[in-house]
Amino acid sequence: MTVKLMQGNEAIAWGALAAGCMFYAGYPITPSTEIAEMLSRELPKIGGKFIQMEDEIASLAACIGASVGGLKAMTATSGPGFSLMQEHIGYAAMTEVPCVVVDVQRLGPSTGQATSPAQGDVMQARWGTHGDHPIIALSPTSVRQSFDLTVTAFNFSERYRTPVILLLDEVVAHMREKADLPEPGSVERVERVATSVPPEWYKPYGDSRSDVPPMANFGTGYRYHITGMFHDLAGYPTQRLDEIDPWVERVHRKIERNIHDIVMVEEDGIGSARTVVVAYGGTARSAKHAVKLARQRRCKAGLVTLLTIWPFPEDVIARIARTAKRIIVPEMNLGQLALEVERIAGRHKVVRVNRANGHMVTPQMILDAIEGK
Amino acid sequence: MSKEEHSAYSYLRQTKKFPNVWCSGCGIGIVMGALIRAVDRLELEKDEVAVVSGIGCAGRMPVYLDFNTMHTTHGRALAFATGLKLAQPKLKVIVVMGDGDALAIGGNHFLHAARRNIDLTAIVVNNFIYGMTGGQYSPTTPLNSRAATAPYGNIEQPLPTCDLAVAAGASYVARSTVYHSIELDRYIEQAIRKNGFSLVEAVSYCHTTFGRINKLGSAVDMMRRLKDDSVTRSVAEKLTPEERASKIVRGVLCDVDKPEYTALYQQVIERAKQATYSQPRTGGGNQ
Repeated sequence: MTVKLMQGNEAIAWGALAAGCMFYAGYPITPSTEIAEMLSRELPKIGGKFIQMEDEIASLAACIGASVGGLKAMTATSGPGFSLMQEHIGYAAMTEVPCVVVDVQRLGPSTGQATSPAQGDVMQARWGTHGDHPIIALSPTSVRQSFDLTVTAFNFSERYRTPVILLLDEVVAHMREKADLPEPGSVERVERVATSVPPEWYKPYGDSRSDVPPMANFGTGYRYHITGMFHDLAGYPTQRLDEIDPWVERVHRKIERNIHDIVMVEEDGIGSARTVVVAYGGTARSAKHAVKLARQRRCKAGLVTLLTIWPFPEDVIARIARTAKRIIVPEMNLGQLALEVERIAGRHKVVRVNRANGHMVTPQMILDAIEGK
Repeated sequence: MSKEEHSAYSYLRQTKKFPNVWCSGCGIGIVMGALIRAVDRLELEKDEVAVVSGIGCAGRMPVYLDFNTMHTTHGRALAFATGLKLAQPKLKVIVVMGDGDALAIGGNHFLHAARRNIDLTAIVVNNFIYGMTGGQYSPTTPLNSRAATAPYGNIEQPLPTCDLAVAAGASYVARSTVYHSIELDRYIEQAIRKNGFSLVEAVSYCHTTFGRINKLGSAVDMMRRLKDDSVTRSVAEKLTPEERASKIVRGVLCDVDKPEYTALYQQVIERAKQATYSQPRTGGGNQ
């Protein structure tokens, strides 16, 4: 593919197609709608399916249904719709059905400001649905990264049988920049592990040495039960502690044991830095510029860009906290991921730079914090 | 096929621990039997049938059935089924819901599944109450009936399930009761056969909650009432509107042929494959 000027939202649609997405269900909402519009045009060209559902609840439900039917599925939304999708993020986690949910964050709460950026859904991505569950959330900082992380989101989703959330902000989603996308065929695609046993032996939630049991698609001769209730290895509802406890342990273990595969960060000048900025999404772009300006002023500043937000990169932050005197966490919210950084690094080391009014955190705001102003 | 293999038992999951969750005397088991007999009569392979349900007493039905089965969230079964059907158009997807499930929390999905005319077979087991949670009033609870949350009588008008599906654009709509199980078999069979959105309202009862709160007697008494209080469509047409209002009207209320969603989508695919690249208009509203 040639170099093109495009939006983050467009790159997400191309990334989904490159990853093998064959199903999209969604509901119009600013600032994510371009993804739906593009996929309504592109999916049928390759025999894929697009459907505009009656709301966001139904959109994620349809994605899960399609995924059970064997298609890689995605939906995209923004804060208000993401709130509605929480019910089925929990269902997908409980039933271990792969799906990708794109949330282009806008200013909230409630209708807030539809066209203004924010990073207010960080905690919603982690804890928005009820009950304990693992989750993966990725956050790109550029158009090219929107493409790459969409592919990664699909791959994680299939490899670990889990919902994966792609957390953008309106800055990255609507920003147009030059993007050199790889040829679709050159992109690594992960497919869900298929079962190798005959139908009469198949257990949808067991019979696997890995923590991720093989998944049979409906309509392929493997008849089994899927439920949002706690279930045994065969998928039937259970109230037995000796069946519930192992399930809870396994679904958390399947993420925790693979944390080195899942956690992705970019580090710049950490070793000698007395001050390290920890940023993600659109804010990481401001942070990058601020760190550059600080270095020009002979200030030893480093930058960590978190591409994986959940599971939280605890080990990375712990390592940085051992050498850095101060950690600056700029966010387009009143301090959400800063809570995690503080939990690992200690509150005394963390300086928050926050803005929750629909405008970006500027490089100057971060530079001021680096210089201790 | 031997008689034994042909019986309802061959469609039940041998590995699933019975007994079922339903109260003894409940009508839902009769609907399950009707569903099995319909599938059997259509000679469908188990592998080509999917049963999707929501939450509530009726939502527990799929776990006992040896098909591709999915017990989803409250009210959303039709949305899950829509995705599954689009992914696997060859599957016969049957969606089992209760009245609260399909018409209150799932009312929007119900309207839109019918409007799309996607080839799903919806079965609404209408017992006029939220049974599993202990007898709260539902969208079909009759006026002035009592419920756990309507101790002074229900003041909300009941929703006409079948009329709603007809108005929204379903291809096939029929109503029967769990007393008329042979008729119910036939309607479910016709509904599955229909290429388009079909609805069968299976009128049942809940003696445990609705019956107890409203002093309607035992399961047998309530079953008898379904027999006494229901009339066929042709009989209903001869009644005055006042007489008809107190009756359950049984029969096929709608049976039309019109383009089905997954078939139409296949046409979209053909059109898209021939289309040249064109940039869609983007932007506009901001809500």
